[in-house]
Amino acid sequence: MTTLAADKNHTSNGSRRDFLYVATGTAATVGSALAVWPLIDQMNPSEDVLALASTEIDLTSIAIGQAITIVWRGKPVFVRRRTSEEIALAAHTDLEELPDPQLDSERVQRAEWLVLVGICTHLGCIPLGQKGTHPRGEWGGWFCPCHGSHYDTSGRVRKGPAPQNLSVPPYKFITDTTIRIG
Amino acid sequence: MQHNGFKSSNRIVQWIEYRLPIFSFLDQQVGTQYQAPKNLNYLWNFGSLAGIALIIQIVTGIVLAMHYVPHGDMAFDSVERIMRDVNYGWLIRYIHANGASMFFAAVYIHIFRGLYYGSYKFPRELLWMLGLVIFVLMMATAFMGYVLPWGQMSYWAATVITNLFSAIPWAGQSLTEWLWGGFVVGTPTLTRFYSLHYLIPFVIAGLVILHIWALHVHKSNNPLGVEVKGPKDTIAFHPYYTIKDLFSLGIFLAIFGFWVFYFPNYLGHPDNYIPANPLQTPPHIVPEWYLLPFYAILRAIPSKLGGVIAMGASLAILFLVPWLDTSRIRSGTFRPIFKQFYWLLVADVLVLGYVGSQPPEGIFIHLGRIATAYYFVHFLLILPIVGWLERPKPIPSSISESEAGTTQEASGRSETGT
Repeated sequence: MTTLAADKNHTSNGSRRDFLYVATGTAATVGSALAVWPLIDQMNPSEDVLALASTEIDLTSIAIGQAITIVWRGKPVFVRRRTSEEIALAAHTDLEELPDPQLDSERVQRAEWLVLVGICTHLGCIPLGQKGTHPRGEWGGWFCPCHGSHYDTSGRVRKGPAPQNLSVPPYKFITDTTIRIG
Repeated sequence: MQHNGFKSSNRIVQWIEYRLPIFSFLDQQVGTQYQAPKNLNYLWNFGSLAGIALIIQIVTGIVLAMHYVPHGDMAFDSVERIMRDVNYGWLIRYIHANGASMFFAAVYIHIFRGLYYGSYKFPRELLWMLGLVIFVLMMATAFMGYVLPWGQMSYWAATVITNLFSAIPWAGQSLTEWLWGGFVVGTPTLTRFYSLHYLIPFVIAGLVILHIWALHVHKSNNPLGVEVKGPKDTIAFHPYYTIKDLFSLGIFLAIFGFWVFYFPNYLGHPDNYIPANPLQTPPHIVPEWYLLPFYAILRAIPSKLGGVIAMGASLAILFLVPWLDTSRIRSGTFRPIFKQFYWLLVADVLVLGYVGSQPPEGIFIHLGRIATAYYFVHFLLILPIVGWLERPKPIPSSISESEAGTTQEASGRSETGT
């Protein structure tokens, strides 16, 4: 019965009881948040997936004007050996015309080799343009069949709903004929 | 806004409450409107602890299922990948594996609480039986979960337990092959165990709701075993029992954490880190600790079919306890003779558990047989006979009278009357 009596005097003990309520609630909230984090983080890429983060490519077999697609972190990476016309076209583009202005020289390490993540920046489809039979869009680069985005010979978006240029993955020339992506 | 005694000034709560009276429902079932006996001791906390353990198992299990691969060639490696590569996979798997033990520990205390205080007696027989169905399903789920890592202990546990069904005359062989989906335990067995291991916990969750529903019809038994007579005998579930349950949860989680973080493999067997090999049985094969007493009963009978029947009977007999106990007095507190036999039963089950963990040779064979026999004698003979012969101690007329007598001496006695 003493507990019930204390309950009636609630207002006179208000500050102490409020403190206990808030302290209990805070401890429970912080504890739950800490406990929930592992349950969320387990869905992030695991260590074995992260271990496959870099890929090496041998460039010797790629002729001028030819392109290959390789897989890096499960994504397609386009490697195109550009012709001199394509390089010239990319280099002499007026930046004013571009939705996402960027110089071709900022997008390549060696002008002949264009390396791009082959995923349309609109909604993630893989643009066409890697094979001779593919449509390459109005600017001679790539064309995304899903929603009609056109990319130029530097992989920059020129027309269509894509907001950004095709992204350039981190890569390095290990030798003159080998690059490592990632 | 008032609905069945529930009040709230929050507009959103009012809006929902008018359309779906869930707040008043919760308030009546686990809130300020639910009146519980005021004398419940800490043994009454294990129901809520078991419920929380079930939720922990379901949550961690759903997460593990995102990474586990149920195939004979990949299951073991996928579990190792969870342990090494998946973010916090080691933590989640250790919580799940030790969580099974914590769940059983809470449930065993819960069951033995019921046995001591006569919680299975009229009008709570169905409540008791629903609890036993949950217990049996838990054993099935735990066994099938133990098979999933596809280590040596997993594989041979699956082989031994499924072979129990081969003891059934005439149909045994075809029944086991049906269970296996082959001529031995293999990938088809693993995939069906995985499916059922995922399903049954949700069946258990449904039965828990029925269990709580049945509980709330006649409300909790209490340490005196005297029915609630009026408002003087009760206090509100919230805040009094919610805060008490929260306190015991803190202790429960601390013990849980002790296992998970300091001895995560203590309750398991090292042989289960060896991939399953259908051509070699480990030298010493035992189930997890929580199944040991039943395993001891299985081995105590020197006959294949007899052992299986005895093990089944040891569970089935629990369903008959409400009728085997002939005493009308619920609480063991007022039953001087029953009380002693109760502790003998506890000791007997512990002995059975110990015998189950030992190799079946020498003294353990005899000990196992004696303990098995006593287990059945307790329920079939002692429980009915003690109920007839025993002279119980005087029972208080109500909970508040007993409380007044012990805590406030003279003051409350005249008001509460007889």
